[in-house]
Amino acid sequence: MSWTSVAEYLLFVAVLTAMVRPLGSYLAKVFAYEATFLDRAVVPVERVIVRLVGPAAERPMKWREYFFAFVSFGIAGAAFVFFILKLQEVLPFYGLLGKDVLSTPMTDDLALNTAISFATTTTWQAYGGETTMSYFSQIVALASQNFLAGAAGLAIGIAFIRGISIDGGGVLGNFWRDVIRALLWVLLPLSIPGALILVWQGVPMNLHAYTAATTLQGAPELIAQGPVAALEFIKNLGTNGGGFFNVNGAHPFENPTALSNFVEMLAIVMLPAALCYTFGTMTRQPSHGWLLYWVMTLLFTLGLAGVHWAEAAGNPALVRAVAPHTFAAGEGAWTGNTEGKEVRFGTIGTTLAVVATSNGATGSTAAMPDSLSPLGGGVAFFNMLLGEVTYGGLGTGLISMILAALLAVFIGALMIGRGPTYLGNQIGVGEMKFITIYMLIAGFVILPLTALAVMSAAGPAGLTTNGGPHGLTSIAFAYTSSFANNGQSFAGLSTNSAFYNYTTAVAMLAGRFLLTLPALALAGRFAEQRRRAITSGSLPTDGGLFAVFLIAMILLVAGLNFLPLLCLGPVTEHLMLWF
Amino acid sequence: MSSSVRAVIVSLVLLTGLAGIVYPLLILGLAQAFFPAQADGSLVRRDGRIRGSMLIGQQFDSPRYFWGRPSATTPTAYNAAASSGTNLAPSNPQLAKDVAARCAALVKAHGNSAAPIPLDLVTASGSGLDPHVSVAAMLYQVDRVAAARGIDPSAVRALVEQHIESPALGFLGEHRVNVLAVNLALDAH
Repeated sequence: MSWTSVAEYLLFVAVLTAMVRPLGSYLAKVFAYEATFLDRAVVPVERVIVRLVGPAAERPMKWREYFFAFVSFGIAGAAFVFFILKLQEVLPFYGLLGKDVLSTPMTDDLALNTAISFATTTTWQAYGGETTMSYFSQIVALASQNFLAGAAGLAIGIAFIRGISIDGGGVLGNFWRDVIRALLWVLLPLSIPGALILVWQGVPMNLHAYTAATTLQGAPELIAQGPVAALEFIKNLGTNGGGFFNVNGAHPFENPTALSNFVEMLAIVMLPAALCYTFGTMTRQPSHGWLLYWVMTLLFTLGLAGVHWAEAAGNPALVRAVAPHTFAAGEGAWTGNTEGKEVRFGTIGTTLAVVATSNGATGSTAAMPDSLSPLGGGVAFFNMLLGEVTYGGLGTGLISMILAALLAVFIGALMIGRGPTYLGNQIGVGEMKFITIYMLIAGFVILPLTALAVMSAAGPAGLTTNGGPHGLTSIAFAYTSSFANNGQSFAGLSTNSAFYNYTTAVAMLAGRFLLTLPALALAGRFAEQRRRAITSGSLPTDGGLFAVFLIAMILLVAGLNFLPLLCLGPVTEHLMLWF
Repeated sequence: MSSSVRAVIVSLVLLTGLAGIVYPLLILGLAQAFFPAQADGSLVRRDGRIRGSMLIGQQFDSPRYFWGRPSATTPTAYNAAASSGTNLAPSNPQLAKDVAARCAALVKAHGNSAAPIPLDLVTASGSGLDPHVSVAAMLYQVDRVAAARGIDPSAVRALVEQHIESPALGFLGEHRVNVLAVNLALDAH
């Protein structure tokens, strides 16, 4: 590893760590309805919206009502996107590009898949943006859902934290108020400077038709562009990830420079990471928030090291294929696994993007995941299977991490004969049921869907590019990515078919709503409890020993569920390639 | 119940209006005011005609020009209206076959079987539109371009070296060269 790679990774972690406290305490203020510097500008807007939304935005909600509001908001968003997509031919801006350019037919299954995908922050894309979506669809339907679904995720995260921090009463807050505040105080204000930084770096923002040009060699060229910046920043900040263009974050107009890549990756992780601090503040146990942050950061760093090592090692099959010629190395040359990567990011920027996006429930990779080395792509796969605990989806990542911590507390406390409590909340039989259900859902969704796809005729029919162990990985990756609401794909798998459009939509719905159900139910139970004092008799949950135990627990749960799958996929491919 | 229905519909309409109409128009206005060139796609104009975008690679196969990376877009390479990578797995035999064929073609076109092959010149980019290649990939082509244009190789080499883009802050990204920028400079030479 050269000093420059370490420098980029270190700078990323350092900048992120520096942001955690200010951003995290700001989030705590926003959702505790305390004064912030933005109040003068946005309180009047909030008042108008709350008044129009009506009495539902005023009453305190217990977990059932909060969950119902969350689900209905998601379903309504999906229905809205579905109708916009189906009607895009008669809506504004379709004629600007026309049917010849937007050549992918908007079938019912594609529209449904895309609608659910964007309403669940998955933003899985079975289509290529520049050949399918009108500007109206891209912005009014898709970019706006990036904001709304992201805000709903943040609201769920905050409600969960309230459940743990509240001393009896059972109230988790008000969903509508939380979504409105998440938008007005957090996502919109951050996205304005964020989008402008990206425009400065070269991301287009216009409403012109695709530009006709003549290349230097005299050939006609049609350059797809449009209102990219309005989608680009929020797709990362809201941990959505659906790109304007087919190749998403690898496209020069979505991610023009190494600096834009750095900013976009930071946008993915900054709010989920800051929520750790928010958690510490709202529970008045800052050391516990920091513990979760450092556990996430350690796992994140291990991911960086793993992907960097795997990608820098290159592809031995190519070396064999071109013998007796050799590849250039040393000053000025680019070595490693360069297929599917972009020169401006190199191995380092690509590694950062692979790890941040696969951990961050965001599908906006800066390279083609299919062409990553078996273990580099395997790390991305594994990150999603871990439940995206580092730093995870906006709001949902922290929930996954805390659920893992609760399991660790339960097992750890029983090992030393203590009553299991976390931050004064007792973990009894009822709580443990919800925790166990939460942990098992991933295996119960991903594995049967993968098995179904492999055994049916329609599943392997999608393997138009790659086969063998890589083919199995592609299919399992598709369902894992959908369930994790991540959205990145091994795009060599052709998934714009009725079979994949419907089955991945099932995985997305399960990952968003089925997973939130036990989490919010658990938060509701904690919210009913009176918090007990943390005594010397409780298992200490903010020290190094607990951190190690927590990491072991995260790896154990994912390992028990998915180790056979990882062995049959990425590990087998690695062994075949290298030995 | 009815208050819940009202909340769903009203919040969806208002917040979509805010995030899907007001916000994009605000960004459009600010972007066009402060960064008009980038906002319009960093277009290159020569003699009143649009010759491309500085951020989007073009297909170069004439010996008079520097060549970029292989592109997997369809139906033609460097189709800027339909970005795509190959999506070939590293273990896919097709990838090794394609790379070997590109290597052979490159060696033949440059008449230089001793020089090591720049890897990025024989592997496809992620977008199919990568505007850059590594410094080594440009230097590999200097003699061929100079011969085709009948100019001194040292002048061509100097031109390439002028166009090397350094990493931001010294370490963000790689040393690289924009192929279109160098080819434009060659034509103006």
